[in-house]
Amino acid sequence: MAYKKPSQKFSGKIREVTVGSGLKLGGESVLPFYKFDGDTGAKPAVGMEIWDVFPESWPQSLKDIFGEYADDPVKWAKFCMEKYNPDFICIRFEGANPEGEDRSPEECARTAERLAGEVPVPLMIAGCDSDEKNAKIFVKIAEALPDKNYVFLSAVEANYKEVGAACGMAYGNIVSAESSVDLNLAKQLNILITQLGVKPEKMVMNPGCAAVGYGFEYVITTMDRIKLAALDQNDATLQMPIVSPVSFETWKVKESAASEEDMPEWGSQEERGIAMEIATAAGVLAAGSNAVILRHPKSVEIIRNFIDELL
Amino acid sequence: MALNGMEIYKMLPKKNCKECGFPTCLAFAMKLAQGGTQAEKCPYMSDEAKDKLAEATAPPMKTVTFGIGDRAYSLGGENVLFRHEKTFVNKPRFAVMFDDGENADDVAKKINHINAVNYTRISEEMYVEIAAFRCSSQDKQKFISLIKKVTSDCKKVVPMIISEDPDIASAAAEEFAALGPIIYGANEKNCEAMAGIASKHKLLLGVKAEDQAKLYDTVQKIQSMGFRELLLDGGGRSLKTAFDDAVNIRRTALLSKDRTFGYPTVAFVCDMTRDKMMEVAMAALFIEKYASIIVLSDMDYSMALPLFSLRQNIYTDPQRPMRIEQGIYRIGQADEKSPLLVTVDFALTYFIVSGEVERAKVPSWILIPDAGGYSVLTAWASGKLNAKSIAKAIKDFEVEGKLKTRELIIPGKVAVLKSDIEDELPGWKVIVGTREAAALPAFLKEYRQEKAS
Repeated sequence: MAYKKPSQKFSGKIREVTVGSGLKLGGESVLPFYKFDGDTGAKPAVGMEIWDVFPESWPQSLKDIFGEYADDPVKWAKFCMEKYNPDFICIRFEGANPEGEDRSPEECARTAERLAGEVPVPLMIAGCDSDEKNAKIFVKIAEALPDKNYVFLSAVEANYKEVGAACGMAYGNIVSAESSVDLNLAKQLNILITQLGVKPEKMVMNPGCAAVGYGFEYVITTMDRIKLAALDQNDATLQMPIVSPVSFETWKVKESAASEEDMPEWGSQEERGIAMEIATAAGVLAAGSNAVILRHPKSVEIIRNFIDELL
Repeated sequence: MALNGMEIYKMLPKKNCKECGFPTCLAFAMKLAQGGTQAEKCPYMSDEAKDKLAEATAPPMKTVTFGIGDRAYSLGGENVLFRHEKTFVNKPRFAVMFDDGENADDVAKKINHINAVNYTRISEEMYVEIAAFRCSSQDKQKFISLIKKVTSDCKKVVPMIISEDPDIASAAAEEFAALGPIIYGANEKNCEAMAGIASKHKLLLGVKAEDQAKLYDTVQKIQSMGFRELLLDGGGRSLKTAFDDAVNIRRTALLSKDRTFGYPTVAFVCDMTRDKMMEVAMAALFIEKYASIIVLSDMDYSMALPLFSLRQNIYTDPQRPMRIEQGIYRIGQADEKSPLLVTVDFALTYFIVSGEVERAKVPSWILIPDAGGYSVLTAWASGKLNAKSIAKAIKDFEVEGKLKTRELIIPGKVAVLKSDIEDELPGWKVIVGTREAAALPAFLKEYRQEKAS
């Protein structure tokens, strides 16, 4: 008997969403990187994370790279563009945190506007720890940057109405629906946001992210189930591309944050941080992430090559 | 190929004798097709039919083993393509590649790394299970002396002997048979001799071919010799082709139900890149899909920490959440007066709580009682986390003898337990902590300040 190569054909397809003016996410009709089965859609995008304030809490190795530019997000973003050429920039408004600098929505909007004027790639706009504050800053930023197709990370159960209405409808940007590692929660939030009137092509989702070792099995299983529901059962409420903010999770865990003095046997802290970021990114990409957000330039280089080699 | 109930029925004696425990031959056949009983239960079936049936009703992917004693490992035996469908069974094992052409310093460095990476994470011991040896010198003695050096310096590794020359493979197999090595290097030309060596010493045999179709033919050839302890390599040495091999060999077994490919696979990541961090990315992919042995060029802590953790996550049974061992954990340089917190034994909760306590830089103790492995609210709702289980942990782990503090910080979500715990533990004061772990750093700093003043 001769070998017959198996293949899985699906009736469903991940929706293709355009971020900014030309960055396409999604569009695949096969499981992640299953080129041998059919159309893998747009190449997963790789973005870099910057902050609106100096990233005091980042490990020294990252501050050595970005510190010189990190006092100004525009300088920082331009440095990333010139040196590492990411597909998008994710600006995180940590300075808006009410427990920290508590910057006003107007101030955040001015920063976003300056960035939009100077950065040639699309932006993803992320907030701080407060859902309530995020709703306020997202509304102002979306208003200042209408019809840009920028992604707002994220609308959660507590603020999806404000975020959805402003970013997704009134000002023509893209809403990322964030839930925590549960297919049903992801589906419910997607439905609620579309019921507001946000068009599915103006949506992406983050069904939860974690660093490897920290409940990562829930992340992978939720994503596996979402992709199978989207492709195999043609469930339109789960066909949004997935954006995974990998760096938000991996740099705070012990493996990345512990100093060499504290853990001498673990060796280079910088290498640990990079390896945790890379393993997590490769892990979510293998489960169907359509875009990953990273911090370290080495991670950006490796993950981009990883994607290129698979497609 | 798997048989259905009717196909099995045709092979039965159709006597309806009931001696198998089923009312009719048809009922027996149906049960057999679902894997609910064994062909041996029928006393009247011909041996030929029994063999055919045993073959047809066996699981789609064979479980094979290598190593010896407490270093014996199982590979394969998987039933599903996604862990949520049931669970993955036998986790992939990591190998570090040695070459008898490489210099002594590199060999020494890898030996040091293998011996250094040896730690426990959530009750699982993490270490490199396999050392792979490539014979590029074609010099038998040189090859054997390298294997001897590494296996005597690294007591835990099982060797994987890589050679397509049956003469060399046989000499090395003879020498190290007591370690239960893997013999890798059967191909379409030498497979008869290689299967002979593996079968003589009862070893796992690695089979290699240029592509999946050629591998399929070679496996059929080896199977026809009656040898079935196999590890497969579709020959892909770019990430793309190797991923194609891993996915399609697994799908052939589980989706096409074709047992020619019903064996575990090996991924030679060390041959796909020269960059350590790229190896980490590739290995992460193969942990999820679907290699059973992942061969790396080295394994230092920066590679081990993410890869062993990822493997542990992916191979956790979805129906049984990971549990941390009960006990009292010291975070930072905590002393007998440091704060004492209690949380549950659900591993994820413990990691989040301990991470936040570390972030706070307030040395503390965390007490883990028996909470059934659930999260805080679930453990409380199911009665697993209560005053009695917490008081029991205080006693079992001799907290009163170890610490001077008589204050216990409980999760804010179970504030209702405060008075119950105080009743159970005379002399103790219960402090209601935060509802979310993220608020712990601020809480602990304030708590420490209050204590100091």
